[in-house]
Amino acid sequence: MLEVTDLRTHFFTFGGARVVKAVDGVSFRLREGETLGLVGESGSGKTTTCMSIVGLLPRAGRVVGGSVLFEGEDLTRKSQRELRRIRGRRIAMILQDPMASLNPLFTIFRQVAEPAFFHQHLRGRTLRERVRHLLESVRIPSPEWRMRDYPHQMSGGMRQRIVGAIALAGGPRLVIADEPTTNLDVTIQAQYLDLLKDIQRETGVALIFVTHNLGIVAKMCDRVAVMYAGKIIEQGPVRALFDDPKHPYTRALLGSVPKLGSKEPLYAIAGQPPNLADLPSGCAFHPRCPEAVPRCATEEPGDVHLAGGRVARCWLVSDGLTRS
Amino acid sequence: MASPVLEVRGLKKHFPVRQRLLGRGATWVKAVDGVDFAIHGGETLGLIGESGCGKTTTSKLILLQEVPTAGSIAFEGRDIADLAGAELMSYRRAVQVVFQDPFSSLSPRMRVRDIIAEPLEIHTPLTRAAIGERVAQVLALVGLEADVAALFPHEFSGGQRQRIAIARALATDTRLIVLDEPVSALDVSVRAQIINQLEHLQRTLGVSYLFIGHDLATVAHISHRIAVMYLGKIVESADSDSLCARPMHPYTQALFAAALPSHPDDPPAERTIAGEVPSALRVPPGCRFHPRCPSAMEVCSRVEPILQPREGGGEVACHLYPQPAPTERSRGA
Repeated sequence: MLEVTDLRTHFFTFGGARVVKAVDGVSFRLREGETLGLVGESGSGKTTTCMSIVGLLPRAGRVVGGSVLFEGEDLTRKSQRELRRIRGRRIAMILQDPMASLNPLFTIFRQVAEPAFFHQHLRGRTLRERVRHLLESVRIPSPEWRMRDYPHQMSGGMRQRIVGAIALAGGPRLVIADEPTTNLDVTIQAQYLDLLKDIQRETGVALIFVTHNLGIVAKMCDRVAVMYAGKIIEQGPVRALFDDPKHPYTRALLGSVPKLGSKEPLYAIAGQPPNLADLPSGCAFHPRCPEAVPRCATEEPGDVHLAGGRVARCWLVSDGLTRS
Repeated sequence: MASPVLEVRGLKKHFPVRQRLLGRGATWVKAVDGVDFAIHGGETLGLIGESGCGKTTTSKLILLQEVPTAGSIAFEGRDIADLAGAELMSYRRAVQVVFQDPFSSLSPRMRVRDIIAEPLEIHTPLTRAAIGERVAQVLALVGLEADVAALFPHEFSGGQRQRIAIARALATDTRLIVLDEPVSALDVSVRAQIINQLEHLQRTLGVSYLFIGHDLATVAHISHRIAVMYLGKIVESADSDSLCARPMHPYTQALFAAALPSHPDDPPAERTIAGEVPSALRVPPGCRFHPRCPSAMEVCSRVEPILQPREGGGEVACHLYPQPAPTERSRGA
């Protein structure tokens, strides 16, 4: 249903004198009802990828190549006017900070009703009924009462569920959730993730889950794409990727997360994430890579397609294939 | 066992809200409501809990940023409330802090050298040259080159800044460092560096840590012992291994159930708890956790459980486990 092919989004600053390749050749597919985890550190381009899909890039950003096919239509060629009819109806978003997504001056009713008002032209009692139903589906207790409240009267977890209700209001086929639980407490996070799973089971909506937390990926996702410096360096089914990570960065990332009940020393990745305006030559990960070979510093590896729908971008993987 | 570096007894901090004329009719937020723990030399105590449970207030009390309502904090056997003059200075020298966000905890207008030298200038009679030497020394300890001393914080990444903050905390002869979520603001790939660094420093310098966090896996990894806080009280404490092997308090169990899997095939949590942490203004009667507790009994809403020794070491405050016969003291509190 969603097919992103060779998407390139660059940021132009100083009148185009400086170009930051925030997203540089990203391809992935998403099937109906599937959950894709988009994993990466800050600045790896995961949020920019999502914003490019829905056409909400900041002024300096521009999609300079590639396509985003959503249910057969290329979203990169749509005007903002056409996109507005897709966003909120067929594609919805949940962002990290619910307080920034909600307007503090409007009641919950007004904000949850908005998509149904504009997209489905509901009015009066039907609209009210629809809002009540939406609030129920995200498990807001006594929705009839709470829809008259303002965002500040609710807890963080409840606000994020309201944002979820708004996302569902248009009956979307795809929900993009950008770090939706980063601001929530652990027990509230668990509740929210369970809720999203239940909703997905009921509605069959597809999910893109943007996160830096591999635990969330393990819990929520069917497929996972790992981003580094604007590129997807590895993707595949979540089990295969956790069992047998192909790219050294994926391996390092998995090894650097503490596991409950284990006191083994963590694998620390040397160095810092690179500056996108000044990327290393060759493979962007090579200065930090423990397994780098001379070729990594000079030539950039391409996508290597492996069995089981897996893709990795690493010379070691492609060399291993040619050798065997 | 040697006497603890820091010993906290019956610590309470209540904040007044809606203070009326002459302080009458005020209600109180009981941010910390009777907390006991001890930290030994070279040991890490992990303090874990959700937002609003009082972990940061506890750290502020230890750092003398707040005055306790009741209870005592003893450092190397001396009550810190009694300290004054030179002794107070020596306490402030020995206990340091590293905050969550290294972007706001380092002054953007000071060079790294001056940031690390500041505690030395205040607390030690060292000469300028000796201070310079010490700065280079602690920078080396945290894995930074000596020549970064001339740079400003904005020239560093998040992980490097946190190293600078740790170097500053180590500059004086530090015995205890309060680490308030020191890795939460960092990139995932950098967190492991900092955790390993902290563990290495503890092994080589014998410094103690109070590690405050909300991520169970991280806290369990770095801590020797863990205390779980809920609404201003410790509900369970034990050494890290036995707590992970068998969490006994339903809240601790809920935290484990809410912890994220490290592999997609990990068995899903059986039960995640419903509801949210109640406001500290309206603490439930009896056991504070009973409105959210899946195993709540009738007694839980009436009698507040007290910490009792638990199986495998440590303590737990829960009616599921044997409690002493109810006396007037334990009722309601």
